[in-house]
Amino acid sequence: MSALRVRGRCWKVGDNIPTDAIVATANLFKPYEEMARHVLASVHPEFVLGVKPGDVLVAGRHFACSSGRAVAPKALRATGIGVVVAESFARTFYRNAHEIGLPILECPGITEQVREGDELDVDVEAGLVRNLTLGQTIQAVPPPPFLRGMLKAGGLHAYLELHGGEFVS
Amino acid sequence: MGMTLAQKVLAQTSGKPTVLPGEIVDAYPDLVMSHLASWRSIRQLEQVGVDRLYDLNRIAVVLDHRSPARTPEDAGHHQLIREFVKRHGIPVYYDVHEGIAHLVLMERGHVLPGMLILGTDSHSTIYGALGAFGTGVGFTEVTSVWLTGCVWMKVPESVRVVITGRFPPAVFGKDLMLALIGQLTANGCTYKSVEFTGDLVANLSISERMTFCNLAMELGAKCAFVPADAVTEAYLAGRAKRPYELLRPDPDAPYARQVTVDASALTPMVSCPHQVDNAKPITAVQGTRIHQAFLGSCANAKYEDLEVAAGILKGRRVHPDVRLIVTPGSREIYLQAMRSGALQTLVEAGAMLTNPGCGACAGDGGSLGDGEVCLSTANRNFLGRMGSRTSQIYLSSPATLAASAIKGVIADPREFLA
Repeated sequence: MSALRVRGRCWKVGDNIPTDAIVATANLFKPYEEMARHVLASVHPEFVLGVKPGDVLVAGRHFACSSGRAVAPKALRATGIGVVVAESFARTFYRNAHEIGLPILECPGITEQVREGDELDVDVEAGLVRNLTLGQTIQAVPPPPFLRGMLKAGGLHAYLELHGGEFVS
Repeated sequence: MGMTLAQKVLAQTSGKPTVLPGEIVDAYPDLVMSHLASWRSIRQLEQVGVDRLYDLNRIAVVLDHRSPARTPEDAGHHQLIREFVKRHGIPVYYDVHEGIAHLVLMERGHVLPGMLILGTDSHSTIYGALGAFGTGVGFTEVTSVWLTGCVWMKVPESVRVVITGRFPPAVFGKDLMLALIGQLTANGCTYKSVEFTGDLVANLSISERMTFCNLAMELGAKCAFVPADAVTEAYLAGRAKRPYELLRPDPDAPYARQVTVDASALTPMVSCPHQVDNAKPITAVQGTRIHQAFLGSCANAKYEDLEVAAGILKGRRVHPDVRLIVTPGSREIYLQAMRSGALQTLVEAGAMLTNPGCGACAGDGGSLGDGEVCLSTANRNFLGRMGSRTSQIYLSSPATLAASAIKGVIADPREFLA
């Protein structure tokens, strides 16, 4: 089961963050806990030092582009982050995150409406981001029902187990 | 209404007469390629506790990212994969000596027009060079497809890129793609299928088509195609593992966008740090000092690429302050360039020749030190990708790379190929 309602501090990064910045090549074969200690270090060094379980990572356009690097969402999850909200995602990351049950939410306009440090309440199912600090609600794009099911199950393998090895899209 | 190539392949592989963009289908891929990441899927299978795979003939395993093994851990992963392949009798398997998975699978006739191919590598879009729907997935998904045979796919919208005119001297497919990525941005075709068409494409070699479809990934594309034609048939003659049909898009297929490119108006292009869409004409960056030149990767380490570089370097010397690393894409390419003399020319000029594979592009050797600059024929230049966080990567065609390796600075290849 993945929590689809997340409340925590906002951490912000910019546009076009590559998976190379999430997990550098040198760390690709380390345990996830070790990878997690270096996540985004080249673009936001304070992130791994201060992130707390349930915090919210907010990114710009085309988050996690570059190599498919399916360990990237796993390393992000290992930091304790509860959800990633971005203007848009690179497609391999979009798949890989859902498949391991890491909630992500596409939310055009998000970077203009939240600041680093704001308290955010994210409802992935409803596709809503509430900025509790500023008292604003931002409409995101909720995942299609099929992917919501996969997130609820906790990822692709758990989902297939629930459905007898069959997709029901 | 007719269907695009992406629609046709997804309709065919999901057992439906038609599919529409935006629809989610359960498709049965024809081939699932996994490289070194296979070890993670094998471990996941052990966790799931199931050992019966859906269809061994739809699995391809190629060891390419760290070949030969760099560390005892790599060697252990290789052992695990070899044992797994043997135990299951997976017929399509290529070990560390064969080269980059994408190129090997195409050379050996496993990739055919109209196929749906998943790969644990984002540049799986390259299979579109032979008219196949190639797309990147993660190892969790590979595990699932090994077991169920099935994958969920959202039918993408398509973008049609019409290329007219002819390449001026010293301008190649790589230059066109860097210019296109600069124009449309790295996010320009995210989630979309890209179809290349037009007069120039009709006569284009499979090698250049590979560069097109490979670099389409850097537009954010889900897949890319050059519709199969007589050039495809000629390439596949004697290679194809089974009969195939030349799948073409319908004349009235729906395109979300059409982009026209006049190849005649292009100049050599260079993609500057640290994003592929930071593309500039050669004249804007020539004179930039380089420390390393890397001729390799699934984008531009094919036989034609090595020949172009060797043609420029013949009888000349690599600049004493530059390390030129040449990593042929595959064993077939290596042999072909060995027979033609291209390898000898490159080594005589001062190049360092490595075994076929991903090499420095995947961070396997050829690491950059602090403040160093690398010119590379690969497809990515993100911060720190080839080593130090203060190093810089520029991307170019093999011709620009060869000219620059001679000069010691980013240099215009038209001086050598006019």
